[in-house]
Amino acid sequence: MASNPMYQFNVYRIGPEIKLGSVDISFTNASLFMVISSLAILIIFNLGAKKKTLIPDKLQLLSELSYSFVAKMISDTAGSKAKPYFSFIFSLFMFVLFCNMFGMIPYAFTVTSHIIVTFVLAAFIFIGVTIIGFMKHGLGYLKLFVPSGVPMVLLPLIVVIEIISYLSRPISLSVRLFANMMAGHTMMKVFGGFVISLGIVGGWLPLSFSVALTGLEILVAFLQAYVFAILTCIYLNDALNLHH
Amino acid sequence: MLKKIVILLFVTCFACFNTVFAAESGGMPQLNPEFWISQIFWLIITFGILFIVLTKVILPKISDNLETRKSQILENIETADKQKEESQKKIDEYEKIILDSKLKAKNYINEAREKILDDINKKRAALEKDLDEEISEVEKELSDLKQKSGEKINKIAAETSAELIKELIDEEVNSSSIAAIVEDQSKINRERKDV
Repeated sequence: MASNPMYQFNVYRIGPEIKLGSVDISFTNASLFMVISSLAILIIFNLGAKKKTLIPDKLQLLSELSYSFVAKMISDTAGSKAKPYFSFIFSLFMFVLFCNMFGMIPYAFTVTSHIIVTFVLAAFIFIGVTIIGFMKHGLGYLKLFVPSGVPMVLLPLIVVIEIISYLSRPISLSVRLFANMMAGHTMMKVFGGFVISLGIVGGWLPLSFSVALTGLEILVAFLQAYVFAILTCIYLNDALNLHH
Repeated sequence: MLKKIVILLFVTCFACFNTVFAAESGGMPQLNPEFWISQIFWLIITFGILFIVLTKVILPKISDNLETRKSQILENIETADKQKEESQKKIDEYEKIILDSKLKAKNYINEAREKILDDINKKRAALEKDLDEEISEVEKELSDLKQKSGEKINKIAAETSAELIKELIDEEVNSSSIAAIVEDQSKINRERKDV
């Protein structure tokens, strides 16, 4: 039923069923849009990086501006020590951004509106950051849970709260992105449904709402990608610099 | 704030529509684990390839390009600074030359003026000297003339009176006595004039 606002999030198999042992790894519409997003990023940035002119053309300018944008974001939030992780955060930001943006095309599938995708990304970041933290500081990384300047009486409570907040990072990171994308797309679908059901007489109001929502959703798509990347930077900052 | 509103709206919509479509929608497709493994698998593959290609191929190129641009701009700024310095130096030199020439011109003018003044003074002095000489000569001549004129007048007066006497009384008078009389008379005249 296409008028169901949740229908757009359905994952279905494209092509044959692929099985790895007993596990189903078939190519789905989600996989298709992951591939499309990655290819779009690679093509755009490859074209942008190909020409090495002193005065950049449009694509070159785009890629260079994105490069300096992400570089500035990392150096602002995580300092110069985070430079080795630049390419990962750049890839992450671009991947999330392009998946969000491709999701804005009508009939397209939004990869980031699935909790499993965002959770895998967030869990990878969480585990990676934790490993980096322990590698840099050893057991001293546990000081992250003991903020300085807290009275001894409150300390046990604070430590518990810190540990819970640390452990909930991957969940908050993934749910934030997933919920934003799903909510926006569902709302647009709902208002689109209203346009049809209210018809030519009353359909103009939800239609105008829909137009406004499209603009808002494009903003949210960018903003959530940015938030995802900047939170990654902040977590990385905790692991690298360890001042609470 | 915006996010809260969006999520709130979503929740209400979801609550309404979940009841409406409860029969045909099996809740959220996101929570259906049927394709979870497939999504994770393809996410790892696509993101992995994206990450590797960006890291190994594309990002170094972009950063290289940015670096070369930066260095090029720095170089250009450096050369511009150098040229500016050079032009400043040249301006300074030029100004110095102008100043020097101005000073020189002033010196020339002063020298010329002094020379001319000197010349004028010298010439004036010479002229004044000449004039003084001439004046003194003339004065001398004049005084000579004055002195001599008395004697001459006396002589002429003696001669005239001798001739007059001859005409009047047809007799030769002793010229020396006439001269003595004339001398006396002229002395009286002079005394009268002096008084």
